[in-house]
Amino acid sequence: MFKGPADTRTDAAMSDLVPEPRQKPVVPMKPVSINSNLLGYIGIDTIIEQMRKKTMKTGFDFNIMVVGQSGLGKSTLVNTLFKSQVSRKSSGWSREEKIPKTVEIKAIGHVIEEGGVKMKLTVIDTPGFGDQINNENCWEPIEKYINEQYEKFLKEEVNIARKKRIPDTRVHCCLYFISPTGHSLRPLDLEFMKHLSKVVNIIPVIAKADTMTLEEKIEFKQRVRKELEVNGIEFYPQKEFDEDLEDKTENDKIRQESMPFAVVGSDKEYQVNGKRVLGRKTPWGIIEVENLNHCEFALLRDFVIRTHLQDLKEVTHNIHYETYRAKRLNDNGGLPPMTVETEENHESNL
Amino acid sequence: MDSEYVKGEGCRTVPLSGHVGFDSLPDQLVNKSVNHGFCFNILCVGETGLGKSTLMDTLFNTKFEGEPASHSQPGVKLKSNTYDLQESNVNLKLTIVSTVGFGDQINKEDSYKPIVEFIDAQFEAYLQEELKIKRVLHNYHDTRIHACLYFIAPTGHSLKSLDLVTMKKLDSKVNIIPIIAKSDAVSKSELTKFKIKITSELVSNGVQIYQFPTDDESVAEINGTMNAHLPFAVIGSTEEMKIGNKMMKARQYPWGTVQVENEAHCDFVKLREMLIRVNMEDLREQTHARHYELYRRCKLEEMGFKDTDPDSKPFSLQETYEAKRNEFLGELQKKEEEMRQMFVQRVKEKEAELKEAEKELHEKFDRLKKLHQDEKKKLEDKKKSLDDEVNAFKQKKTAAELLQSQAQQAGGSQTLKRDKERKNFF
Repeated sequence: MFKGPADTRTDAAMSDLVPEPRQKPVVPMKPVSINSNLLGYIGIDTIIEQMRKKTMKTGFDFNIMVVGQSGLGKSTLVNTLFKSQVSRKSSGWSREEKIPKTVEIKAIGHVIEEGGVKMKLTVIDTPGFGDQINNENCWEPIEKYINEQYEKFLKEEVNIARKKRIPDTRVHCCLYFISPTGHSLRPLDLEFMKHLSKVVNIIPVIAKADTMTLEEKIEFKQRVRKELEVNGIEFYPQKEFDEDLEDKTENDKIRQESMPFAVVGSDKEYQVNGKRVLGRKTPWGIIEVENLNHCEFALLRDFVIRTHLQDLKEVTHNIHYETYRAKRLNDNGGLPPMTVETEENHESNL
Repeated sequence: MDSEYVKGEGCRTVPLSGHVGFDSLPDQLVNKSVNHGFCFNILCVGETGLGKSTLMDTLFNTKFEGEPASHSQPGVKLKSNTYDLQESNVNLKLTIVSTVGFGDQINKEDSYKPIVEFIDAQFEAYLQEELKIKRVLHNYHDTRIHACLYFIAPTGHSLKSLDLVTMKKLDSKVNIIPIIAKSDAVSKSELTKFKIKITSELVSNGVQIYQFPTDDESVAEINGTMNAHLPFAVIGSTEEMKIGNKMMKARQYPWGTVQVENEAHCDFVKLREMLIRVNMEDLREQTHARHYELYRRCKLEEMGFKDTDPDSKPFSLQETYEAKRNEFLGELQKKEEEMRQMFVQRVKEKEAELKEAEKELHEKFDRLKKLHQDEKKKLEDKKKSLDDEVNAFKQKKTAAELLQSQAQQAGGSQTLKRDKERKNFF
């Protein structure tokens, strides 16, 4: 506006108010990566053993939730999966016990050990889900429980004096039991999975699959897959979290062919061909649980426990938990959701 | 402590009736880590010329780049280089940070400061990432220093005061492993005495050096014995000589050859065992669980956060953080307002000044104009009077001429006289 010598006076005075930026330490921060050829054995690969020993000493947590209408064989399946009585079966409601009015959440923890590996397994049961006449919003208590676990972890994480190992109660895996109607998914199934696939890893399973013939099974699975896709439900393993090509091809096969697993559970053993196997005895034969020709239990077990257990935990921690945290921190400040860039802009104004 | 965790909260152990398969869990975990790659960051602190770069080359069997530093550095600086190493299926991102110019200055009071600042800067970077709203911690390139090798000059007597001061400043921030550099300059008997002296000086000054962990039975024994051999007396060499019928790393002197990997000659093998083959993971864990947590706690407390009861305020950290940020933004806004006010004020003042000046100018102009008009009027008056005089004169002239012509007509003889008179008259 006004030009002239008087203006520079104002400028000089203004710069007195803005403090000078703090001296940054004189250190070259950008490292250069080069590949070095090794002329002899150093021993870097021993870190694998070191890491393995450490993790075995600290032990593992795994929290699995089972959701489905009562009578679909949830507890039996979990017991079969972990070959022990980790879930108490509710063998029908006696006349004195009432059906729970709302969905209850029951978490029971056990410690199981195998091959030197100690695992704290927590099975979270949801009795009452889908059992009322009006099942509107019956997924809400479940969603609330899952978010509460994230909240607990977050609170521990933001403490000033943190625990060395934050107890992990977050739900790593949610097995959703689909009723083997043979037709299609029920509206309740779709609603539940739509809401919860965003906060937890959902693995849909077709329960009591011994009521379907092979053809019915294949058709039903195809229909279910299609319906899930049409409704935009991303079940575990989610396409967007495939880390590399190897993962993608492996997971694609599982997503497009095997899932949802049609399973049969049992904790009774029978003699078949000289071997003792877990199975269900019917007048027309013995259904062997671990026989791949009979049902896909073995696939589910290998998938959840033997190959993808760690991945389930990592996706829960790195993606679902982080999403919850980011949302929580944004809401808590009452400020409009800020991207990281905006934060950096503010910092540069310091 | 771990068994407490496992048995706590009323969890009972349940027996398994068959093979479940979660014993593959450590393998799953390890496979994921291998796919991800590992980071390891070493800081070498020591005077110029103690063989830091050579030792790194020897440890990792490779020639890292770099020329030797000069002794004339004005201050202590840190030089950092990152390398990608691969062995079987393990990818290691190794970062080696060396001090440049340490111990060369005349006044070494502030020598330790750049080192402490560097270590803190790495912690700060991690903390900032951890506090972000949208963060990617699992893909974060960890630059925190996992091990600090402190190079002690092989004087054979004791630690220098610079060494004690620096180590004291660093012991709560990083895992310190003291080593005696160029230990072929010290004879074996002197070496034992030297080590004892160093250890006692460290203890009496309360310097906490890194102790190899002895809680795991498989490594407790070896770590225990190694702890007794600290500080390691090492020699570095990348030159290979033929000794016997094998090629070995060695240093050749006229009086004999010092073999680097011979445990009777120096402790290099012990250092390599401890640093890489046995305790690399523990070093990383200690850095994260102890040193980083300490830094984080101090930094957050410094910023004014406090842990309140879990029931009263659920999010003390985040709320206070947001509150502080709002406070800061508020202050910033206030300052901005102030500056704006001041600016507006000055603008007003300036405007007033200039208006004054304008007014003055106008007045001046008016005055001048008036002066000018006055002058003009005076001049016109003068001109008028002059004109009047001229007119008067002209009238007189014509009157005179008229009289003269009348007189001429009246007497012609008198013309000569009159001519003369006339001529005299004019």
